[in-house]
Amino acid sequence: MPLLECRNVSRYFGGLRAVGGLSLTLEPGELVGLIGPNGAGKTTVFNMITGIFPPTEGEVLLEGRSLAGLAPYRVTQSGIARTFQNIRLYKEMSVLDNVRTAMHADRGYGLFDALLRTRRFGAAERRLTEQADALLERMKLSARRDEMAGSLPYGEQRRLEIARALATAPKLLLLDEPAAGMNPSEVGDLLELVRGIQRDFGLTILLIEHQMSLVMNLCQRLVVLDFGEAIAQGTPAEIQSNARVLEAYLGKVATA
Amino acid sequence: MRSRFFVVTGAIVGLYLILEMLRRTGIISLYWAQIMDLSLIITISAVGLSLIYGFTGQFSLGHAAFYGIGAYTAGFVSKSLGGGAGVAGFALALLAGAAAAGLVAFLIGLPILRLRSDYLGIATLGFGVIIRVLLDNSHKLSPALGGAKGMLGVPQLASFVWIFWLAVGAILLARNLIASSFGRACISIREDEVAADLMGVNTTALKTLAFVIGGALAGLAGALYAHRYPFLHPSTFDYLKSLDVLLVVVLGGLGSLTGTVVTAVGWVFLLEWLRAILPAEYLDLRGVVYALVLIVLMIARPQGLLGGQSAKGGKRRAVA
Repeated sequence: MPLLECRNVSRYFGGLRAVGGLSLTLEPGELVGLIGPNGAGKTTVFNMITGIFPPTEGEVLLEGRSLAGLAPYRVTQSGIARTFQNIRLYKEMSVLDNVRTAMHADRGYGLFDALLRTRRFGAAERRLTEQADALLERMKLSARRDEMAGSLPYGEQRRLEIARALATAPKLLLLDEPAAGMNPSEVGDLLELVRGIQRDFGLTILLIEHQMSLVMNLCQRLVVLDFGEAIAQGTPAEIQSNARVLEAYLGKVATA
Repeated sequence: MRSRFFVVTGAIVGLYLILEMLRRTGIISLYWAQIMDLSLIITISAVGLSLIYGFTGQFSLGHAAFYGIGAYTAGFVSKSLGGGAGVAGFALALLAGAAAAGLVAFLIGLPILRLRSDYLGIATLGFGVIIRVLLDNSHKLSPALGGAKGMLGVPQLASFVWIFWLAVGAILLARNLIASSFGRACISIREDEVAADLMGVNTTALKTLAFVIGGALAGLAGALYAHRYPFLHPSTFDYLKSLDVLLVVVLGGLGSLTGTVVTAVGWVFLLEWLRAILPAEYLDLRGVVYALVLIVLMIARPQGLLGGQSAKGGKRRAVA
């Protein structure tokens, strides 16, 4: 069974069609890139999958179960996490708390445990903190643990967003332009990092990216969007030589 | 960990004993004792708004309404019991005041908490006006409530021991909430509601939780007020009074519980101190001095008195 299936999904904003009739299937363990020119509807696809803007038509299924009607927090709890194109960390919270907050659904205690500081509260909080520390260690952010998230340099904020997404214990990770604003050496590190977490956490990853060096090296399969429609799917090599893709990116070849 | 617990407990008990002794011996006059009690009552209410606005980021201009619901409900319960039920009756009245305010917070929270910032402010302002008008006409519901003439005859049972320890309890409860996963989730809503939602936080439930606990604390404060000051009048719970509590929370620093507590106590004493030093014919200048303090502080420290400790130590903000 595929992990994620988008069946013929469309999203309209008023009269504007952002995505139309997109079908997309992700098998467990796949690393797939979603590419396309600016305004092609890539982030809208993420917003449909996570329930922020549910599809106007069609449906999204996670492990065969429809996500229709689920609020975003329920979608996340069922195993989909994401990062954001323009970083959305909790700036005035510590790095550690950014990660621990994402474990709220798995906190393991109730309101009265918290208010009365029961033994269960103490044990559960220690477990949460240990798990969060392990994630920070994995993302090379341990040294920043107690700093405010907003004070971190850009590259580290991107890594913290990934750490926070992983803290929700996802099966599917959606990365929205993780390499935006990074220099070539940082992009190289990111490539290793994404491969590493995919292996270690047994994740399926769908990523939006404009940096072709990253996409071509990292992804097993690519989906190309243009004007809200999938114009090509295939391996990086196939996509590179696809005439329709070249046309979408570079314009139509003039014919005499 | 353990030793710190005993030090803090010892300090609080010590503070209580000293204050109680100073009151008994008359070194703190009856007048200033009354002001001290008011400062603690305002603290309880402000801690409630701190949870709603300072930590969860839900802009509320209707806090005095919860305060009033608590005062009138508790007053009515006590008056009906006739003071004959003693301590149990008083405890019941306090509980009724807090519960009534919490329940109303839940009911109005459901439709209005989906609004964001300014819109929520206007909706809570409207709620405050409605409660004020209801209190003005409360005698139609039961003559005992007094309507626009005010309510008399609530037994004055709120002694210092009750007020002090309930204030301590309220602060402790708020601190425990903030330093838990629930508190972190509330702060994440203040920081970025969309991101919080996408990180698995049920934002509606947590906003409602903060609103209900915050409203119930205001209700508890009002219930104490009703049993400490013999005359209840709707104007005490006017929507303009909501601004006072809001100012305390903002001046203390959004997201700083210590700031809220210190500012609440300091603010009540500042107003009384001004009353003491200003000649009677200039008493109205209190409002000017008070406004000037506000303006100067907002220019000098826009993050509030104790807000923004974050710059120094990361962990402080969420716990302090």
